[in-house]
Amino acid sequence: MFYRESGQLKSSYVADQAMFPIAQDRWFVFGVLALAFLVAPFFINEYWANAILLPFLVYALAALGLNILTGYCGQVSLGTGAFMAVGAYASFKLVGFFPEVNFLIVLALSGVVTAAVGMIFGLPSLRIKGFYLAVATLAAQFFLIWVFNKVGWFYDYNLTGMITVRPIDFFGVRITGPEATPAAKYLFTLTVVCILALSAKNIVRGRIGREWMAIRDMDIAAELIGIRPLRAKLSAFAVSSFYIGVAGALYFSIYLGAVEPVEAFDINQSFYVLFIIIIGGLGSVLGVFLGSAFIVLIPILLKNIMVGGMGFDSGMAGHVEILLMGMLIIFFLIVEPHGLARLWQIAKEKLRLWPFPH
Amino acid sequence: MAFDIFLLEVILSGLMTGVMYALVALGFVLIFKASGIFNFAQGVMALFAALALYDFLAEDGWFFAVFGFTLPVWLAIPATIVVMIVLAWVIERTVLRFLVKQNEIILFMATIGLAFVLEGLGDLLFGSDVKPLDIGIPQGASDWLLDSFNLYIEQLEIFAAGTAAVLVAILAIFFQRTRIGRALRAVADDHQAALSVGVSLDKIWVIVWSVSGIVALVAGIMWGSKSGVQFSLSLIALKALPVLILGGFTSVPGAIVGGLIIGVGEKLAEVYIGPIVGGAIENWFAYMLALVFLLFRPQGLFGERIIERV
Repeated sequence: MFYRESGQLKSSYVADQAMFPIAQDRWFVFGVLALAFLVAPFFINEYWANAILLPFLVYALAALGLNILTGYCGQVSLGTGAFMAVGAYASFKLVGFFPEVNFLIVLALSGVVTAAVGMIFGLPSLRIKGFYLAVATLAAQFFLIWVFNKVGWFYDYNLTGMITVRPIDFFGVRITGPEATPAAKYLFTLTVVCILALSAKNIVRGRIGREWMAIRDMDIAAELIGIRPLRAKLSAFAVSSFYIGVAGALYFSIYLGAVEPVEAFDINQSFYVLFIIIIGGLGSVLGVFLGSAFIVLIPILLKNIMVGGMGFDSGMAGHVEILLMGMLIIFFLIVEPHGLARLWQIAKEKLRLWPFPH
Repeated sequence: MAFDIFLLEVILSGLMTGVMYALVALGFVLIFKASGIFNFAQGVMALFAALALYDFLAEDGWFFAVFGFTLPVWLAIPATIVVMIVLAWVIERTVLRFLVKQNEIILFMATIGLAFVLEGLGDLLFGSDVKPLDIGIPQGASDWLLDSFNLYIEQLEIFAAGTAAVLVAILAIFFQRTRIGRALRAVADDHQAALSVGVSLDKIWVIVWSVSGIVALVAGIMWGSKSGVQFSLSLIALKALPVLILGGFTSVPGAIVGGLIIGVGEKLAEVYIGPIVGGAIENWFAYMLALVFLLFRPQGLFGERIIERV
């Protein structure tokens, strides 16, 4: 009754190609953004920022990157953790070299560095496909982490082998380290994520995004109609790694503050991000936010229920948590293999007809 | 000639490690061949099997707590096999059955979920501490080789190599000569054609998961005897992946040869290149080897030639 597009006539091509063609969708998105930008910063505290909102945003961004590669271009990658590490270490070194440069520029440069590394490891995708490629990206995962662990230059020959973020001011406001307020960290991350999500939405609707989807759906057919696989695949690797690199830089600088490569960027990170896009929905920008919320919130919820509600000790709860997490993943794959984004779409279809049956 | 002996030792110990990798890779290949599923849970299955076996043998397990006695080795192994078969049946009933016809990445993710479930279940049931597994496989260096050729080789590794050879022979006979084996190969060839001539897909899947569960048990016993039953056992699954790439996802001989190449290459690299670049290159060397290899032969050593049509 309320959610209908009837009467919303489009009189120009611009209106026809709008990102959210239905007014209700538009208002809904504006509403969520207003809530996130104008209301949430006043209520945020340390717990909410560190346990929920920052990981949610950072993982959503990393998942967005992986979704560009896997969901839109069809190339499965298990090297996300390592590419996040590249972004993190790039931002660490860049801030060390140029402390005066605006952090947004540092983030962008970290993304560019990661994109370059991603393109190198994307080269095999021109010859190999599917699981062979997935395993090949594991080479990136193990090799890069080893490099960050072994080569002292990357962690400034620090004896602990860890990297710790330097204090960074963004237009006079401290955004990293313990002195930064949760609201500042949150707002900065949110801004970056929103800008990048908006760009991603537009990239995948444009020419290059269509090339990726053609490659994903059938690469030989795509080649026959004149899409160059070299350009399409490598650009997908580059853009995807850029996003993952920025996510890694945020993960290190703003969310964690100090990282040790073997633990913070291990293969489980790669799986974590892969879970997000599968549960959220392959090939959907909305999906990565839904999936990220799911993956970040469920463990917290389970832990609260088990430790707080039922009085399990935390070791036991850890095992049960893994068990339930695995079951939930399988359950979701069985019930809705196209992810939460698809459920959202079904809900919208239903809403259009409501309250009438047809 | 001390140097040559050393080289020989490195190569032999690499071969033996390779056999261990091959055992895990074998389980992957079986499932991939028959169902096209890339079973990430294979490593955890090995862990789970070893835990179950330990449980039957040890006095601090469930079995002892419930029945008041422990099983001898010759009974415990069949009992564990039964556990793995039941596990395969449960997996087929609760997971695979609902995911037929899904995209392969969805199935792959489901097996990662499965790995989580088995890991959590194993920890809950059997605890997460390191357990020594001793089923009477000889330990220590082989005296005869040490005396007559001055070679240091673990008896356990020779035993593992022998077991692997027997296992492969049995599997080969099973696949080539028995009725079920033929049905398995038919399913591997073409699901739909197999269904239409009356092969029951459900049954075949249970069988193939059981067989790879048994292979996982063998791998679990070998690794467990070597370094104790612990969580890191499930990580050898990751080591089996480059083996698969090298050998091809669908080839049993490929898994063996690939395992041996990776084992030897890794050991040689660790000994001769490792010290130059700072060591611990075992973690990624296998992947790099596989990656370089893939650039020249995308389908692996023995994999079926990939023919692509629009």
